[in-house]
Amino acid sequence: MVTLLVPGALRADSGGQARLTVDADGTLREVLDEVTRRWPRLARRIRDEQGQIRRYVNVYVDGADHRHSGGLDTPVPAGAQVQVIPSVAGG
Amino acid sequence: MGTPHTGALLAIGTEKGLFLATSTDDRRGWQVSGPHFPMTAVYAVAIDKRRAAPRLLASVASSHYGPSVATSDDLGHTWSEPEQPPVAFPADTGATLERVWQLTPASAAEPDVVYAGSQPSALFRSTDGGASFELVRPLWEHPHRPQWEAGFGGQAIHTVLPDPRDPAAMLVAMSTGGVYRSADAGASWAPGNTGIRAYFLPDEWPEFGQCVHKVARDAVDPDRLYAQNHHGVYRSDDAGATWSSIADGLPSDFGFPIAAHPHRPGVIYTFPLVADSRRFPVDDRCRVFRSADAGATWQPLSAGLPQHPYYPAVLRDALTTDDAPTAGVYFGTRSGDVFASRDEGDSWQPVATGLPDVLCVRAAVV
Repeated sequence: MVTLLVPGALRADSGGQARLTVDADGTLREVLDEVTRRWPRLARRIRDEQGQIRRYVNVYVDGADHRHSGGLDTPVPAGAQVQVIPSVAGG
Repeated sequence: MGTPHTGALLAIGTEKGLFLATSTDDRRGWQVSGPHFPMTAVYAVAIDKRRAAPRLLASVASSHYGPSVATSDDLGHTWSEPEQPPVAFPADTGATLERVWQLTPASAAEPDVVYAGSQPSALFRSTDGGASFELVRPLWEHPHRPQWEAGFGGQAIHTVLPDPRDPAAMLVAMSTGGVYRSADAGASWAPGNTGIRAYFLPDEWPEFGQCVHKVARDAVDPDRLYAQNHHGVYRSDDAGATWSSIADGLPSDFGFPIAAHPHRPGVIYTFPLVADSRRFPVDDRCRVFRSADAGATWQPLSAGLPQHPYYPAVLRDALTTDDAPTAGVYFGTRSGDVFASRDEGDSWQPVATGLPDVLCVRAAVV
């Protein structure tokens, strides 16, 4: 079980919740697969239809950027905090 | 004819959200609301009047959170999005949706069918009014697809024209790739570009590969089509089998949109730009050009439009007509100005200024 921190722009898709308890751990992929089952509309903002995390969405596991920690295979131990933050991009 | 109507709705899709303009005085004055879906690019909107309450459909694409299609059954006061992605590529394709470029309700014979044209170039079909769509596989698996190239805006199907006489017949257009037609409900597709020049290719008259910017269907003769090409303005009188130039009376054959009058045959509208290498209005003047004889002659329209030097372009879906008895004509520019005519283009008035870049406009009496 881990905690997912949801950015403000996506809270319409998380029932208004800033923190969600996700009943999964192991890898980031397993955690996000459970997010897809429970909150599919939230999940598709984070990953595309092929399961890849969107280019301008950053996901941190206990403060570490998943892109430098193994991507979707990043270990996510029980009790970890998974934080979704939009990147600084755009005009 | 001449029946009083309650109001008009003008949907304006921009780079940073959807704006809705409404009029309750036969399109004299407009009230603008928005942005709906702020910070999303709204490449396509549709006003589907085939149901009891008109349904609005909007393609919304966030640069962070990806693309989606939202619908509203109360003229934009509230919107809904399904839990599952409404438009998505099946896993076996390996493709991902960049955005939906076109939302087109099918003919009245199929009131729940809506088509979506996408980037990358693909056609999707909905049978539930636009809540969920399915990939039209025969077009996706067409042997030409690997040779369809991306234009500056990305490779996309931007035009979908169902045949009002026959639900099995339809036409799509893409940049680049050109026009493709199906006569069997999408089971097979053939290019329809004969006569359209592709000056940017070694063979300037290829079977496919043209950069068709927009196609419009005549109000009365469904076999008559009009195309604004990447240089070249054309008409087909045989449902897209062959095309011939109608650019002689225009000051330039470059531009993006072309729109047809909703009722009168042979009446069409364009917004010419100087050239591919100089994408400004011709003579730096804000003018729509109208033909009332299917492209044989053209007339500039500028009454009420800015009279100072004007540089913004009008994109392919940012020129449209409504369905009122005396048709309205509308366009929006890349500098966020939106203009309306309630007399078929004879005179114009501003609806909004200073919006984000206008990507598309659609209008209807509601």
